[in-house]
Amino acid sequence: MRESIIMKIHYGTALGAVVLVAVHILMRMTQNFGQSLQYQNVIANYHFLPYALMLEAVLILLSVHGFNGLRVILLELKQGSGYEKMVNYGSLAAMAILIAYGSRTILMAGMGVS
Amino acid sequence: MAVVTAPTSSEELITIEKTSGELNTITLRIARSNPAEGHETTYSEFKVPVKKWTTVLEAILYVKQNLDHAVAVRYSCRQASCGSCGMKINGKPSLACYTKVSELHSNIITVEPMNNFPIIRDLAVDFKQLISNHKKMKPFIIREDSEVTPESKEFIQTPKDVEKYLQFSYCIKCGLCNAACPTMATDTSFIGPQGLAQAYRYVADNRDKGKEDRLKIVDDAHGIWRCHFAGSCSQVCPKGVDPAMAIQLLRGYLLGFTK
Amino acid sequence: MTERLSNREGIKGMANPTRYGIERVAYWLQRLTGLGLLAYLIGHIFETSTIVHGKVAWDKMLEFTQTPQGHIILTLVIGMCVFHTANGIRVMLGHGGIGVGKPGQPEYPYKAASLNYKQRLCIWVSIGLAALAMMYGASILFGD
Repeated sequence: MRESIIMKIHYGTALGAVVLVAVHILMRMTQNFGQSLQYQNVIANYHFLPYALMLEAVLILLSVHGFNGLRVILLELKQGSGYEKMVNYGSLAAMAILIAYGSRTILMAGMGVS
Repeated sequence: MAVVTAPTSSEELITIEKTSGELNTITLRIARSNPAEGHETTYSEFKVPVKKWTTVLEAILYVKQNLDHAVAVRYSCRQASCGSCGMKINGKPSLACYTKVSELHSNIITVEPMNNFPIIRDLAVDFKQLISNHKKMKPFIIREDSEVTPESKEFIQTPKDVEKYLQFSYCIKCGLCNAACPTMATDTSFIGPQGLAQAYRYVADNRDKGKEDRLKIVDDAHGIWRCHFAGSCSQVCPKGVDPAMAIQLLRGYLLGFTK
Repeated sequence: MTERLSNREGIKGMANPTRYGIERVAYWLQRLTGLGLLAYLIGHIFETSTIVHGKVAWDKMLEFTQTPQGHIILTLVIGMCVFHTANGIRVMLGHGGIGVGKPGQPEYPYKAASLNYKQRLCIWVSIGLAALAMMYGASILFGD
């Protein structure tokens, strides 16, 4: 993939995440902060499909943005084709693992597996 | 560490004082190294008499003439036109001929070779990478009808057209921007602010038709996207080229902000 | 050996924010906050995953994170998030060539147009917003 496309994704995910994270934080503010963290309230959030979908979107946007940012820093630190390949694929793998792990939580909590 | 005191013949100094004002003495610390021979960097200290308008280059040349002729330094025009005498002066990349001792507000001045360039010896560094990256940017007007024929007409540019690239054409390839760039500090494959600014200089020229070629070259894993707009290149540019601006404007084409 | 010969400044030079003005400080903070936020994201996903193990596990996790130290970390995360966002928007617009000035005939003493007061103001506003958000966040976290 061309670097310009990757960086457009980087900027796009940043803008998307800004909006959705703001909603995520504001949801904590709808009630007392301690209360909002109580088990029943958090589970209720996961059961509310639009919010669960939003959490999934935040997870994807932040994972892509975060690990691409890390990839950029690592590419600048050291060079060499083997190392760069490792950094590129490593970031992709880390992104996928984090998204899979977070999605598992959203899915299980949303479906009431706990 | 060698400490050499300048021979201060009182008669000579008095003559200088009479003609050119107050005379001061500074300590000039010069980084000495010869990596090819495996010599580690050491610092030689010299006491140098300076006047209000003495430049760092003049102080170094004083050392070469009177105290230690083995100091390696590259210089030529002495008027910030050739870009030869770039070096780190008290920790910041500057042109030695363009930096007055008095404006450094210190009696101890340390001169070192520019960072991010391989050292040849002492203050002289190797410009191979800078020149090769500059060449990669195709620093010439690209157009199919560049051959002059009897039918050729002059290409008229308005002052507004010229203004779009003029300041970027003032680059003297001194390398200070590359020495200050935080990406260049670790990324050996990065094109660097000098090369990227020159790519924009030609892209912004309305006589040129090589925009797509150049955008393809800079759109690389170690190309324009590795600039994070830290602005250090523009801080140190001695000619007002403002490479940071050129790079952001060039990136505007890739992001679709500029057509 | 190669590094020594190439005379690169290395990580120490890249991470040194002291020499080239506020823009370089902003560059350094943007990196630092980005890394901090990525670390927090990973931690946050891990901590919230305890919910799938039921109420006991969730309450145990809260007991561990809802401490003064946990609140201090969260306050820092709020600051990092606000700075990274505000400064990120400045940098993003700058990357598109917006707010970096217009090319023109440079005149002595050659002040770079791209390092203009708007850029500097945005950096200070980002720092200010981050400080305000941290204060507000701390008041909520510690006020509970």
